[in-house]
Parts: sequence; structure tokens; C-alpha cells
Amino acid sequence: MFSVLKIATRNLMRYRRRTLLTALLITVGVMAVLLFVSVSGSFKAMMVGQITDSMLGHVQVHRKGYVASIDSLPLNLNLKPGAVAKVEKALKDIPGVAASSPRVKFGAMFSNFTETTNIRLNAVTPDREAATVPLLPKRISEGTVEEGLVAKGKILIPALLAKGMKVGIGDTVVLVATNRDGSVNGRTFVVQGVLDAISGPGGRDGTIHIDDARTLLRMSEGEISEIAVRVSDVGAVNRVTAALETALGGETNQQGKPVFEVHGWEKLSPFASIARMIDLLTLFVQVILVAIVLVSVMNVMMMAVFERIREIGTIAAIGTPPGTILALFLTEGVLLGIVGAVIGTAASLIAIAGINAAQLTFQFGQQDNLPLHAATNPGSIALISAIVIGVAVFGSLQPAWRASRMDPNTALRHV
Amino acid sequence: MSIITARAVKKTYVAGDVEVEAIRGVDFDIPAGSFAAFVGPSGSGKSTLLNMIGCLDRPTGGTLEVAGTDVGGFTPKQAAAFRATTIGFIFQDFNLLPVLTVYENIEYPLVMVQKRPADERRKRIAALLEDIGMADQAGKLPSQLSGGQKQRVAVARALVGSPQVVLADEPTANLDTATAHRIIDLMRRMRDEFGTTFIFSTHDPKVMAEAETTFELEDGRLTRTTQEASHV
Repeated sequence: MFSVLKIATRNLMRYRRRTLLTALLITVGVMAVLLFVSVSGSFKAMMVGQITDSMLGHVQVHRKGYVASIDSLPLNLNLKPGAVAKVEKALKDIPGVAASSPRVKFGAMFSNFTETTNIRLNAVTPDREAATVPLLPKRISEGTVEEGLVAKGKILIPALLAKGMKVGIGDTVVLVATNRDGSVNGRTFVVQGVLDAISGPGGRDGTIHIDDARTLLRMSEGEISEIAVRVSDVGAVNRVTAALETALGGETNQQGKPVFEVHGWEKLSPFASIARMIDLLTLFVQVILVAIVLVSVMNVMMMAVFERIREIGTIAAIGTPPGTILALFLTEGVLLGIVGAVIGTAASLIAIAGINAAQLTFQFGQQDNLPLHAATNPGSIALISAIVIGVAVFGSLQPAWRASRMDPNTALRHV
Repeated sequence: MSIITARAVKKTYVAGDVEVEAIRGVDFDIPAGSFAAFVGPSGSGKSTLLNMIGCLDRPTGGTLEVAGTDVGGFTPKQAAAFRATTIGFIFQDFNLLPVLTVYENIEYPLVMVQKRPADERRKRIAALLEDIGMADQAGKLPSQLSGGQKQRVAVARALVGSPQVVLADEPTANLDTATAHRIIDLMRRMRDEFGTTFIFSTHDPKVMAEAETTFELEDGRLTRTTQEASHV
């Protein structure tokens, strides 16, 4: 094997310029893919984190049919206390659940005593909500966090509403809401803070204490609209969702229909399609890398075989077995792939360190100055390297096979 | 005892609808340890005959035995294995591997074909380098050698695997007369030392005179066999 490696290496160095150009092409390809994967992967992870940690949570449980009607925030599709207790019990039994937060969601009229507009409200238990969506307190751009998030009798209002209605911290406002029986009730709240808006569902909702919502809506029992769930590992979202579906799937109403519906964040946020698009782009970039490596390695190896036909004839005449001739050419191609993958990976790691050192930022929705943190992992590096080396083998296979099957007599007569 | 026996050997090439008879039924015997030459003008069939003896080509008729084996029915794989152990080649253009040094070129058949142990390889190559007078050139690449030096390395490479037969196709064609004679002398000396049968093709009259047995070919037919008196 050492001799095959030695001869293959020397043959590569024999056509130094061509070998360097091909290795450079593969290096640039590997760099492009690794940089794209690291930046887009970090961007995606950050965006998913922003969305799930700022408002959605990773998983949500509703009464069956709620999500289909979520735009009208239907109070008649709230979960009753008994159903809530079943969900809470299931959550306790499922490993990987870090926190959960029951919410009452409803629409109301918002008045500053001179003007009135609509507002969507999210009524929460402050400490559980802060544990489930830990970035929510950070969205309070004016005002302060009280009692874990929002104090009773107070309201966090979205920035656009604060600006449009000219309402500031400490101002008193009135919320008027219609309960599910159709009766209207109103209550004053003091503005505790202003929430920065973010893209996606719930990104422009106001927040109040859940007890205030129940008073305002004259709820006689502790019903809720949804339970948001945070999992300890984002990669476990699908597993927890499936476990919840299994645990709650057996619950049916008097008509024998399911009581609950469980959704992962991807089913609830339009950003999921952007995340899928990023995955698709990553795949596309990887396909381009495959094409670069395949074409360049195949071209070099075909040239190598064509230029060395008499040499092939000579070693075949001496008695070199076809398998050894195949190995000689295959090794050349694989070496090209390995060199490109190693140099490309090293260059990518340097470039990633450079990007992070430059502390670049970007804007996403209403959020500005989000740090662009490029990061790669051994898994990605191993995958890209395996693709490059695998494709190099594939690209060398046809020329190497041709060389190994060459008739020595014909090859020796080649001019 | 004959190391090569040919009986009614024919070789016909088919090019499209045209059949070309390169060898038209030749009979000959070459005793082991001979220093023999196939001579004749270009196109007479010398190289074709040498290729068939070297199992690089197959006869289309007759029987051809090399070292007691009928080589006419070999598959390419069998032919490669037979060449690896029984036949050495010396080419007109030397055909040394340009990326390997003199030492490595000679070592190639032992490493890549016969898989001999390192210690045995070292001893064998050192002895051969002494024999061909190139012990001080072992680290040089073929590009750093003269034509005569390259052909000496090729002779050593042909002999290193201890073949019974060495085939040399026009081995002196690219050499000046003095160098050609030195190469022929070297081959004869190697024959004397190792008892290897040397068979070469040539159309150079000066080289023909060096052979102990000459087979004259014309249009694929053997027209005359000449042997030195000491070998009759």
C-alpha cells in the first residue's frame, strides 16, 4: 500500500500546476460550503431561538380545532381545567420538558381615553411564561420586568401600539373585552412596559397577568387557550411532540372526537418554511460542491490516464495486476480529494474565526444588531469531507477502471 | 531443452472487413539460455512474434509453448500472472517510470508484482546495480540519465524478478552504435551469469551479428535460421 501511495503522490507532484489548480478548486468549494453551512446554520439556529424563545415556545397544546381558528382567538375553544390538568400531568411524565406556560389569548378594545383600537392579548402566569419563553423579558424595551414578567393590574403593550396611541410607561389605559357569553366588560390597566415587535404569530401581542384576564373575561373557572412548552434540547422537539400526542391522543370528548391537538413550532410559525429554505439552499450548495469535485477530479484523472497510456502498458506488461493499476489511479484521485478537504477545512475554520472576530451584525424583522455568529461542528466537517472524498473516489473510478482494463499491447503501441 | 516451442503459429488481425496475416504459420524452437534474435525489415512480424511469446498478444492459430506452458489460451489475468513470474521486458524507448528513481524502477517488479520481502529486495537490487555499473546512480531519476544508462536500468528491471525469458523489442534502436554494443554485451553477460534466455528483435545488422541464433522473418514467414557454430 505504501508503494501505491508513494507512486500516486509522485505522479500528482509530476503535474504540479494541474494538481495545485485542482486542489485549489476543491479547497474553494469546501470553503464555500463550510462557510455557508456555518453561517446559515447559525442564522437559522438564532432565528429559531428568537421565535421559540420570544413568544411561541417549542411545542403548543390546544383544544382540537383551536389552531385552525386562531386568527379569531375563539374563547369557546379554550381548555377546561380538567383537560389542563391532564396536559400538566402528561408534561410531568415526558422527559426533556423544561418548562410550560398556560396562556389565555383573546382580543380586546384598547383605549387611551381619547382613542380606541384593537389589541390581541396574551394573558400569562409571569414566572412560568418567563421560564418557557426566556427572551420575552428582553423584548421589554421601555419599562421594567415586574413579578417575573408582568404585575397584576399592569400591561405590556406592543411598541407599534404605544407609538400609534401615544401611550407611555405609567399611563392608564382601558381594555374592553367580550367574553364567550357575549357580555362586555372593561378594566383599567397601567402600562408597565413596551414590547419590541418581532416577526411571526404573537409578535405584536400585548401581555397581561392571567388572573387579570380571567377577571376581565369573567371566567368562572381556570380555563386556558393554550399551553406553551419549552424542551431542554431543541433537537428533541419532534420527540416531545410525538410523546405528547401519544399521551393525549387517547382523550376524546362525548362525541368520540379527540380533545387535544399538539403542534411543534414548525407547524405554527411561517419561519419554518424559511428554515426549510435554508436547508434546501444548504443541500443545493452541497450539490454544487459535488459537481465541482466530480468534474475536476474526473477531468484530471482522465487526463492522467490519457497521458500515461504507455506507462500503463509498461506496468501491465511487467505483470502488475489490474487491481493494483486501479488502486494507483484511484489513490491519486482520493489524495486530491483529501488534500482539498483538509486545506478547505483549515481555511474555513480560519475564515469562521475571522467572521466571529469581526463581530458582524444583521437585522431580522424589527430586531437589529443581532450578532452573526458563524459556527461549525465536527459532524458538518466530517460530512463535507466524506462527500468530497467519496465524490473524488467516484470521479476517479471510471478513468482508473479504464486504465486497469487497458490491453498492454495496445497501450505500449500508443503514440 | 527448448524454452520456446512454436508450431504452425499464426496471427491474423482483422481491421474492418480486411484480414491481415502478420504471422503465417511459423515453427521454431529456442533452447533455454539462448541469446536469440528475430530479424527482418519493418512489418515482417518480429514484434508480433515477440508480443505473443510475451503473452501480450495471442496466436490465432498453432501452438506456442513458453517455459513448458501453452500460452495460446491465456485470459488477460492469467497472462499477467505468467508475465509476472516468467518473462522480463526491455523496451525500445526504455519505458522507465519517470517518477521513480533508478533504484525504485528496478525495485518495482519485486514490490508491486512479486511482493518480495524488503531484505531480499535490497540484496538483489544492490547486486544488479553493481552488475550494470550503476551503483552510484541509484538515487537518480530517469530524466537525469543518458539513453544507455536508461537501457541498463531497463535490463536490470527485466532481470530483477528472475524471469526465465527476457524479451527485448529493438533494444538498441534509440542508442548510438557504441552504446548499443555495450547494452548487447551487458545482456549477454547477464545471460551468462543468470542463465536467462534473451530474445530480441532488431533490424540493425550490427546487432544481428551479436546474436548466437537469428531467425529471419519476411512477410510473417520464417525464411532462415542461423546459429553460431558453437551453438549448432
